[in-house]
Parts: sequence; C-alpha cells; structure tokens
Amino acid sequence: MTYLPYCIAAWLFVVGLYGIVTSRHFVHLIICLSVVQSSTYLLLLSIGFRSLPAQAPIFSDVPPGSPAVDPIVHALTLTDIVVGATVTALLLALTLNIKRKRGSVDPAVLSPFPE
Amino acid sequence: MPVGLPLLVAATLVAAAPICRRHVADLTAILAALAVTVTCIWLMRCSTEHTIVYWFSHWPPRGPQAIGISFVIDPLGAGLAAFCGCLVTVALVYAWGYFDAVRTYFHALMLIFLAAMAGFCLTGDLFNLFVFFELMSVVAYALTGYKVEEKQALAGAMNFAVTNSIGGFSVLIGIALLYGRTGALNMAQVGQSLSAHPADGLVVVALTLLVAGFFVKAAVVPFHFWLSDAHAVAPTPVCVLFSGVMIELGLYGVFRVYWTLFRSVPGLDGHRLQLVFIVLGALTAVLGAVMCFSQRHIKRLLAFSSISHVGMMVLGLGCLTSRGIAGTALYLLGHGCVKGALFLCAGLLLHRLGSVDQVELFGRARKFVILGCAFTVSGLGLAGFPPYGTYLGKQMIEEAGAAVGQHWLTWVLLFASVLTGGAVLRAGGMVFLGLGSTPRHDTGSPTSIQEEPETRKGRRYIPVVMLSAAVLLSLAPLISALSPDALTRAIEKGAERFANQPAYQRAVMKGEVAPPARFEATARPTAKGVLFGFVAAAGAVAVALLSLYAERLPAPGRRACSTLFRPVLQGLRRVHSGHIGDLIVWLVMGVVAIGVGCVVAASVLP
Repeated sequence: MTYLPYCIAAWLFVVGLYGIVTSRHFVHLIICLSVVQSSTYLLLLSIGFRSLPAQAPIFSDVPPGSPAVDPIVHALTLTDIVVGATVTALLLALTLNIKRKRGSVDPAVLSPFPE
Repeated sequence: MPVGLPLLVAATLVAAAPICRRHVADLTAILAALAVTVTCIWLMRCSTEHTIVYWFSHWPPRGPQAIGISFVIDPLGAGLAAFCGCLVTVALVYAWGYFDAVRTYFHALMLIFLAAMAGFCLTGDLFNLFVFFELMSVVAYALTGYKVEEKQALAGAMNFAVTNSIGGFSVLIGIALLYGRTGALNMAQVGQSLSAHPADGLVVVALTLLVAGFFVKAAVVPFHFWLSDAHAVAPTPVCVLFSGVMIELGLYGVFRVYWTLFRSVPGLDGHRLQLVFIVLGALTAVLGAVMCFSQRHIKRLLAFSSISHVGMMVLGLGCLTSRGIAGTALYLLGHGCVKGALFLCAGLLLHRLGSVDQVELFGRARKFVILGCAFTVSGLGLAGFPPYGTYLGKQMIEEAGAAVGQHWLTWVLLFASVLTGGAVLRAGGMVFLGLGSTPRHDTGSPTSIQEEPETRKGRRYIPVVMLSAAVLLSLAPLISALSPDALTRAIEKGAERFANQPAYQRAVMKGEVAPPARFEATARPTAKGVLFGFVAAAGAVAVALLSLYAERLPAPGRRACSTLFRPVLQGLRRVHSGHIGDLIVWLVMGVVAIGVGCVVAASVLP
C-alpha cells in the first residue's frame, strides 16, 4: 500500500483548478479541466490496485483465485473517460463559436453579463 | 422503461432528421414525454404499498454482496420523475410554436434530458447516479448553448459547463472514496457497511465532496454563480426545466445520498450537520432574494428567485426530518409549476416584443390581458398566496423547523417569499400595467443586455399553443386546493419512506416486502399557515408598489435607503462578475466551508 498515487491525484486536482482559475485562454482552460478529470482516473485506478503480483483480471492463463486488480474500477474509469471526452468536445465546439462571434477567447473579457 | 423509451425515441429522431417533418418530430417527442409521465405515475402508484426493486438482467444480491445494478423505486423518486415528465411535455408543447430554426436535435436533446432525469430519480446504484448526473449535465450544457448565434448564450453555457463539470468530478471522487472503503456501489450495501464504524476522515471527506458536488448543480450559495448566467441565456422551454426540476434534482441527489448512505453512520446523524444545511439554505434564500430584487432583466430576475427558492428547499430538507422532506416535496411541485409559468410568460414577451428588460418594456404589454393575468397570478403564487400549493409546503417547512428548535426559519422564508414575489410583481406592474413613474432610459445600465428574439416570423400574435401552456402551468398548482389534506398525507407518507433507511436496505438487499408503514401522517393545512401565506402575498404586493412608486416617497427617506443599501448591492454585483476564474475560486471556498462544517459536525477533530 503506497500513498504516492493518491498524492499525485490530489496534486493533479489542485494544479488543474489553479490552471482554470488563472486561465486567459479557453482552450487552455479546457485542457486544465481535463487535467482535473485525470486526477479522478488516477484515483479510481489506484483504489483498484492490489499488491504487486496482481495482474489484469483475465483468468484464461492463470488459475482462478490468483490475485488480480479490481475490474470494476476499470469499468468506472472507462465510463469516466467517455464522459470527459463528451464534455471536452462540447466545450471545444462552444469555444470555436465564441471565437467566431466575439473574436476573443479570453474568459476575462467574455463574461455573459458584465456588471 | 421510463429511461429507455426517451433515449430510443431520441436516437430515432436524430436518425430520421433528414426525412422527418417538423410537426411529426414535435408530435413524437410530446407523445414520448407523455408516455414517460404516465409510466412514472403508474410506478408511483405501484410503489405506495412497498418499494419496488428492479435488478437489471436479474442479478439479485447473493448474500451480503449486491453485484447487479438496480433501480429502486419509491413514491417520492417516481413522483419526481413524473413531475420531470410533465414539465418536459409542457416545454415541448410550448416549443411547438417557438423556434422556427428549431431542428429535431432540440427534441432529441430534450428527450435525453428527460431520460437522464428519470434515471437519476430511480436508480439505486451510486455510480449510475453519477452517470445520469453527468448525462443530465452534458445535455443541459448543449441546450443552454443551443442558440449558437448568440454571444451571451455561448459564454453562459461555458460558465455552466465548467462549474458543473468540476461539481461532477467532486461527486465522482466522493463515490470513488466510498467504493475504496466499502467495496460496493449499491447504495443500500454501502450504507450498511458504512454504519458499522464511526465517521472517520475518509467518510467525512466523501460526504463533503458528494454534498458539494450536488450542491453545485442545485446552485446553493456559494455555488450559484453559474445559474443566473445560464438561465438568463438559455431558450425559454429549457429554462422551465432548469428552474422547475433540474436544480432541485441536485438537492434530491444530496439528500438521497445522505439518507441512504450516511444517516446511520455514528457521528453524522446529529444535530450539528443539520445546522450546516440550515445555514447554507438560509444564506442562499436571503442572497438570492436580494439579488433577485435588484435585477431588471426579467429572465435573470427569475433565475435569482430560483436560487432563493432552492435555499428555502434546503431549509426544509436540512431539518433532516420526514416532515421537512414532505414540505420540500410539496413546495417543489408548487414552485416548479409557478416558476415554469413565469419563464413561459417571459418567453412570450420576448417573442412578441423582442425584449425581456422590464425598463425597456415599460407599459408596452398593456394589450396582453391573459398573459398579464397569468404573470401576476404566478407572481402571487410565488409569494405563497393561499390557494396555491406553495403556502402548504412553506407551512410544513416551518413546522419542521420548529420541531427541531429553529423557529427563525419562518422569518427567512417570509423574507425570501416577500422579496422574490415583490420583484416579480414589480416587473409585472411595470410591463403589463405601466404602473409607477416612467423610468429613465439609462442605456449604460449594468443589467441591460440585448437578447436576440428567438423567433423570426409570426411575431404579430401570440400562438394559442404557447399561451395555453403558460396559463396551464400557472393554474396547475390550484389542483392542490381541491384536497389539500389528501395531498399532504400522501406526500408525507412518501417522505417517511424516503427517510426510512433500514426499510430501504431490507427491500434492496433481502428483497423483503416491507410491511405497510404504520405511520400516521399528521400534516394538514392550518390557519396559521394560511395566514402566513396571505401575509407573504400582501407583503409582496406592498414591496412591489413601494419600489414602483419609490420616487414619490419623501426625499430624506429615499436618501437614507440608498445610502444604506447601495454599497451592499454594489458589492454583491461586483462579486457576480461572471468570470470563470472567480466562479471556481468561490466553488473551492464553498467546498472548504462545507468540509469544515462536516468535520465539526462529525467531531472528528478533538
């Protein structure tokens, strides 16, 4: 049991958030959002990880019952990646349209209701 | 079935888009939404006796392990899904005469939205909860930015998407932590294994992340910034759904998770957690009401009033008693209809006059008598005018608050209803009656924006279909006046089931049909509740008149008011900058605040 993956996941989350907060470009911002999301992949995978001799949960060539990583979290991660891809694609499409309409991709000058 | 059907129809509609006539698509979508509504009502009736558990592919739990994925249907969840179906149907009917440029994609998106909402209400699996939550969110982003030719819609959708995605990640991390601790995703099983140990750091962090993530969707202060931007720019039929059910589903998520997972964890069942929710709710209710009152863009005004009313619902749910849940459920129904009607009226104004700015529209809508009546009546309903269901819900929330020793909730509720109702009535008075002094046209005013009319042709008249949808929604809460006793009793029974964690676990894990609840519903409308409803409505009218005729007040009084309130309002305005970075900073601060609250509540710290 090592804490390293959890620490990295937390660091990715925080650093991604920092990127979003300080971003001056929508594409940069969207990539930062993906960075935040990748922390969730890492977290899920490290939760499913057992001690080192564990391998992929395919029991065709190893006897059933030998240690294997948890397949459920892999399924969850896959779903998560699909969600991430959808969101990223949608946001990039929005960015394209924003660029076309307003000629700028800086979130600082593009608030919907400047007050 | 209520989830699969709309998905299937949506896919068919998109596939058939090139050959499909507009009205065929309209009709198919409306029929599909209606079918979902009917199914959910049927499910609700079936589940009043005992909770229905449906295991996909017949994988019931073996021993203590639930491997399959389940839907767990109880009356409250099914009722909420049915209400989603109702509102989607109305929104689709309204959209019939709405966009000209509308294509079948719009219908498909609406149906997917409905499927996600219904699935969210019915699922019994934590990860499925997240999947439906994300599906709902993604479709909502797309619907917000549907009018791609509009600048503000795009920026609003962007804010909405970024904030809610981070909320979604927060939910996911919470679920992952719980899975790491319990090795299960079925909510009943997770709840069982969590209750074995007192709350420790990991459980508290998971609770914080789940609550915060769902609260982002529910637009509770300080996560509310996205809502005013997104609601103000989204197409009107979509606004109806956002305000009427989507944000409330965020609350449903929080409290479903709390009642099924954390309720019996030693340390988290106490009164201190109650206080966290109640403080958040009160803050939301007050701040939303103040911001609502200071708006002049009608859709944005309505958006802020939704925030305020969500705060009121958090107050009810935050009491953590079944009475509070029942009150909130009732309030949700009344509010959803009334707010939907108001948004539809605003949409009709935009359709007919090309603006939703109350100053610009001053007195220009005098001709539209029916529309004006619907708007005013809904405004009164929003304040809780007694024949409307809203006052009943409020009364039950007050009773729940009093039962846990928080008598001051009454004043928060009164304040929020008076201000939001007053703001709506003020807008109605200006636009439909031309009351008050003619406002100066200050073009550089902070909230004035240009919104493109959503319709190109046919602006000479208001289509009957659209008007009837608005009138129907504004009158729907009156049904509750027919038999308030029966309604409150049914809802309270549902709420009791919602809050009964042991019965939920038995039903899911052992397939046990719970004996009919020996539960006496005691809520019924009281004279005090009715009186408070009248007081709130009268207060709203008074506030509206006062602000309309503010210029005629004696000058010293006016000056005193403006020196008192202007700095506060300006401060609040500055905070609502709409810049994504600021939104996220607030979000992080909110998560930290909730975390501190939960830690203190669980007294993990010595």
